[in-house]
Amino acid sequence: MSMIQIENVSKWYGDFQVLTDCSTHVTEGEVVVVCGPSGSGKSTLIRCVNGLEAIQQGRIVVNGTALADPTTNLSKLRAHVGMVFQNFELFPHMSVTDNLTIAQIKVLGRSTAEALARGLAMLDRVGLKAQASKFPGALSGGQQQRVAIARALAMDPICMLFDEPTSALDPEMVNEVLDVMVELATEGMTMMCVTHEMGFARKVADRVIFMDHGRIVEDASKDDFFGTPRAERAQLFLSKILQH
Amino acid sequence: MSYNWNWDIFLSPTPSGESTYLGWLLDGLQWTLTLSLGAWIMALVLGIGLGVLRTVPNRLLAGSAAAYVEVFRNVPLLVQLFIWYFVLPELLPTTLGDALKQTDPLAQQFFAALLCLGCFTAARVCEQVRAGIASLPRGQRNAGLALGLTLPQTYRYVLLPMALRLILPPLTSEFLNVFKNSAVASTIGLIELSRQSQQLVDYTAQAYEAFIAVTVLYVLINVLVMFGMRLLERRTRVPGYIGSK
Amino acid sequence: MEEFDWTSIPGALPILADGMLITLEITATAILIGILWGTVLALARLSGNRPLAWLAAAYVNLFRAVPLVMVILWFYLIVPTLLQRWFGVSQSSDIRMISALVAFALFESAYYAEIIRAGVQSVPKGQVDAAFALGMPYHLTMRLVVLPQAFRNMVPLLLTQAIILFQDTSLVYVIGLADFFGAAYKVGDRDGRLVELLLFAGAVYFILCFGASLLVWQLQKKYST
Repeated sequence: MSMIQIENVSKWYGDFQVLTDCSTHVTEGEVVVVCGPSGSGKSTLIRCVNGLEAIQQGRIVVNGTALADPTTNLSKLRAHVGMVFQNFELFPHMSVTDNLTIAQIKVLGRSTAEALARGLAMLDRVGLKAQASKFPGALSGGQQQRVAIARALAMDPICMLFDEPTSALDPEMVNEVLDVMVELATEGMTMMCVTHEMGFARKVADRVIFMDHGRIVEDASKDDFFGTPRAERAQLFLSKILQH
Repeated sequence: MSYNWNWDIFLSPTPSGESTYLGWLLDGLQWTLTLSLGAWIMALVLGIGLGVLRTVPNRLLAGSAAAYVEVFRNVPLLVQLFIWYFVLPELLPTTLGDALKQTDPLAQQFFAALLCLGCFTAARVCEQVRAGIASLPRGQRNAGLALGLTLPQTYRYVLLPMALRLILPPLTSEFLNVFKNSAVASTIGLIELSRQSQQLVDYTAQAYEAFIAVTVLYVLINVLVMFGMRLLERRTRVPGYIGSK
Repeated sequence: MEEFDWTSIPGALPILADGMLITLEITATAILIGILWGTVLALARLSGNRPLAWLAAAYVNLFRAVPLVMVILWFYLIVPTLLQRWFGVSQSSDIRMISALVAFALFESAYYAEIIRAGVQSVPKGQVDAAFALGMPYHLTMRLVVLPQAFRNMVPLLLTQAIILFQDTSLVYVIGLADFFGAAYKVGDRDGRLVELLLFAGAVYFILCFGASLLVWQLQKKYST
């Protein structure tokens, strides 16, 4: 079953077209990695999936719900789509615990005790149980990003979106975050990840999408993509990235 | 509404017959503009001087400029005005004070208001100038001195030209404040705009017309100043620096 | 140069204290209503709703273009008429205090609205995205995520504005209300000791405001680390 369906999506900022006729899909349990040079529109595409950005043409359906449908309650849909941001975006004025529970309580209507139990379980899962009472500012970047993942997981999402989750991190912290993501992937979470981490893609991705200038130029299984990418730009991009 | 609107009131002659009520308003406008512009020039000169003093590497000079700012910032404008108007003549030597009291009352009111507004606004300009200079990279001062410029030359040719450009937007709002603050001069009897609106109410009882007309004039001043300052900002813009989009 | 004579001040202290009470009453009311109504105005200005944003902008810009003295006079003109029409309050009863309270509250709202708007805009957009992504609707996002951070950033500015407001209340002099300054002026006028009373009033304002700004400064230092 298709969890995320993206059909002929185009988007403009004023006169500037950022997405051109993008179509793809993510089926349940699938891990899809989206890569491409900066400015290729990959972050914009993933932000469209939960409606953080509006699209002007095409259709996006998440778990059977069309985003553009006027009867769709976007907030309700987003509550079940986890998202992890490049800059973590933990709420700095709340403790880690409050970050984990606030949306569970205010959006899902869970009791404080229930939310706390769920939140702490997820915090334990990302290996940060000891940090529960700290504030985000007291944590390292890698720790903050793991809390952000736990915060999204505590909402019991049907799928997870990752928008360059490791690009704001110091190199030594990248792996602690990737480890959590790999674990999630192997457990069968449906994931769409914008990332340059090709090691991660090789390890767990089912498919790799390559974007350039707002278009999807390559959408292939992992083996095809790393074996023989057809698009010239993708080959060039890969050769640059894999040299590192 | 039982109120009788009568916009023609502005064209009727005043009791003394020398002018119309519109003429009164325009007189008031003239005083407001003269007072505000005069005070602004004074505030710029004094404020830039004080702002520079606050940043020079000399404890005594920087400290006295800071003390000036605190005094003028922490006493209400109205109290300052009354002190300039009622108290200052008493503090001067008796002969000078008495001579001052003999002069034309309008002149007394005007100069008290001018000194008051000028000194008050200078404290605010000083703070903006200090912030502007502080926001420049430290290397600028060193580069100036390293080129062999003296400290005053460094300020004159390197620091101030850039700092003043940077603080143009906050200076604009200080400039607007001068016009608004000039209304306080009405309390000592200077017949500027807001005083004239009260006079009109006293003489004609057409309060709404008078207040609306004066309010519109203040809004117009506001719009004109903003427009003018935006032009200035555009003309003094430095490529590649804040404000040059 | 005359000799100073401070003897009329001790006896006038009760009157001056009554005046200070009025000053504080106006200041507190204007801060409270100003922040509440100012928040509404700021959110309206930032909302995607064009007519609403335009109305809020017009309100803020109008109040910020007109001298406070004119605003006080305006409300002294309007409030009695409205009170009479709506509540049947007689025009002759003393409504100076009410009209001053209304004038200051509505006037300060315009200034607070601008501070709050800047505060809201200082919160990174990613925070809004994150709240949205967690399924929070607009009002929850504002209440739980944006406004708490915005107010934390704004505390020094809000307090500084409160100090300015405290000083500005002296302008109720134009409608003859005996706040602290009005009381001092009246006593000075009555006893022929205007010079002393004005200097005394200035000193009191200075001590209070300078003390308060030192506190704000301390607070700022503590929070900025």
